[in-house]
Amino acid sequence: MIPEIIDLKDWFISTFNNFENRLNGHADQPFHRLRREAIAHFSRLDFPNTRMEEWKYTNLQPLLDRRFRLFDADHEAKPAAIEKLFLGKKNDNRLVFVNGKFSEKFSNLRTTQRGIILTNLETALHDHSQLVNDNLAKYCDHRQNAFTALNTAFAREGIFLQVAPNVVVGEPINILHIFDPQSEPYQAHPRHVLVIEKNSQIKIVESHHSLSDGPVFNNSVTEIILKEGSRLDLIKVQDVNLHSIGIHHTQIHQEKQSILNSYSIDLGGALVRNNLTVSLNGENCESNLFGFYLASGNQVIDNHTRIEHLKPNCNSNELYKGILSGKSRGVFSGTIYVARAAQKTNAFQSNKNLLLSPEADVNSKPQLKIFADDVKCTHGATIGQLDDEAIFYLQQRGISPTEAQNLLRLAFAGEVLDKMSIDNVRTHVQELINKRLQQEF
Amino acid sequence: MLQIKNLHAMVEGNEILKGIDLVVKPGEIHAIMGPNGSGKSTLANVLAGREEYIVTSGSVTFMGKNLLEMDPEDRAREGVFLAFQYPVEIPGVSMSNFLKQSLNAIRQHRGEQSLDARQFLKKMREKLQLVEMDEKFLSRSVNEGFSGGEKKRNEIFQMAMLEPKLAILDETDSGLDIDALKIVSQGVNKLRNSENAFIVVTHYQRLLNYIIPDFVHVLYNGKIVESGAKDLALHLEEHGYDWVKNEKGTEVTA
Repeated sequence: MIPEIIDLKDWFISTFNNFENRLNGHADQPFHRLRREAIAHFSRLDFPNTRMEEWKYTNLQPLLDRRFRLFDADHEAKPAAIEKLFLGKKNDNRLVFVNGKFSEKFSNLRTTQRGIILTNLETALHDHSQLVNDNLAKYCDHRQNAFTALNTAFAREGIFLQVAPNVVVGEPINILHIFDPQSEPYQAHPRHVLVIEKNSQIKIVESHHSLSDGPVFNNSVTEIILKEGSRLDLIKVQDVNLHSIGIHHTQIHQEKQSILNSYSIDLGGALVRNNLTVSLNGENCESNLFGFYLASGNQVIDNHTRIEHLKPNCNSNELYKGILSGKSRGVFSGTIYVARAAQKTNAFQSNKNLLLSPEADVNSKPQLKIFADDVKCTHGATIGQLDDEAIFYLQQRGISPTEAQNLLRLAFAGEVLDKMSIDNVRTHVQELINKRLQQEF
Repeated sequence: MLQIKNLHAMVEGNEILKGIDLVVKPGEIHAIMGPNGSGKSTLANVLAGREEYIVTSGSVTFMGKNLLEMDPEDRAREGVFLAFQYPVEIPGVSMSNFLKQSLNAIRQHRGEQSLDARQFLKKMREKLQLVEMDEKFLSRSVNEGFSGGEKKRNEIFQMAMLEPKLAILDETDSGLDIDALKIVSQGVNKLRNSENAFIVVTHYQRLLNYIIPDFVHVLYNGKIVESGAKDLALHLEEHGYDWVKNEKGTEVTA
């Protein structure tokens, strides 16, 4: 192993030791054994590098260049600055995390509805320890993946949500991650656990923003359990500064007749890796995964999705689109796994990319692993430029080339954005994208 | 309105237009006919300002201004409209959004105010009737999934919305059945007035039964070899383009 990787691993391990020392009484919790187990796995596991198939196109060098610290203070952010970043409506329920730490001050938890537990993970470990321990790290494997192991070792801050059976939550829950690395680079390991019980429904809007320019390493893990007949709409909007690193792992366990609509919008970040794994463990599940990414400069945005069809009669539908300019790079790897038992599976996957500069680059890799014989699976990947014929057509109608290009780019994004189920969030995201496109593309 | 003098143009290194002269005045309809490859569509595209078409000599004056110096969008704003032979599909851009941007760009250029949402919708509804198109077209993406006839009607609808001074119809009749042909022609005839002019590029005489031209020009091998009144089109119909080739071939190739 090269020395700088040994150094980096040692840094994380010594950070863990400090973290453990400061836990005080919390170190007695049953969950803490899992933390220790996880750091041992992290110490044993190879650190991800480009010789590994899963990391072939994504170089983690930016992570090796700095020593990120854990944030452990109260933040003085101005409420107005946070209000501006908020994608939801003024009175919506919201949880706010600053530099990875739950901020009670900025959160607004007026869960008027009964049947919901919504709180910071640390509080939940104390108040609902049985419930948390039954679900935390249940389907998410920290023995194989170094970043999941690291997250598990530091798991303390994050959301714990349980929606009781037969509860339909009307208003979306908003989760705001604010990063403000004023003087030193921070690392954060948010751990989110969402349990949607039988026949319940909820919408969650998660957004990530920076208040200043410094780098942050955000290594999040989200575990979602969708019980029979439940439905989750999950919108994630990532718009952090162009110096930050985000490694996000989302593990979704679906039981029969459950529905997932996932929207993953990536606009910011120097280096972003999203792992999204959906496991369909019951019949008649539906899973819709939509993604949109916008990269300029030297940004690297990497989406790895994996859909596991384990039972018959499930539908999955996946559409990821990206616009890349400058020297940016996009990676899409989409695996569809269909087990022998999963007959009558319908699985569709599409990845489309628009390259606006000759130096921008995309690696798109669909992978079908099909072991059942009565299935319908299709996949497609396209990489192209703006259509010159369309630009001329628009110009011939009096529209300037700049406006024409913008119209076509927004139309390209529109195929994903139009599917977003919350109107005000969609409008907000369209504005963010429009602004970025006009400034940097 | 339009003066073309000794216009020469190249596409991909081949000289296609070899000295075109044409004068179009307000209120006139000019038909340009000719066999395949004679340069009809090239002329239409040169006037619209398509980049791949390179003008090597000659001049084009439109409303007293040098048309060849203008970018395509400025030609459109000045009042030149091209009804495309192959209208482009633009997925994700709705007809109404497209037309709003287009109309506003042109109105702004003319020093007029943008239309508000209500005025805009009213205008669109009125012009849709002209080409017998349903209102639901407005929420569809530009030309996406339109039939051949719908695409051509859509070109005439856009022309009606933008009210150009000079409209160039590039083989608008190709691929149209007789009903669509009538609708398109009626649209043009209703829009025709003493202030505007049309250049109708067509291979067949058929369209000229419905849109009656004031002048017919025969284009062959990059030059106008014959000009006349509407009867010339009938003569062509009767004798075919071989007549032009035999009659004018030696002269042109000499």
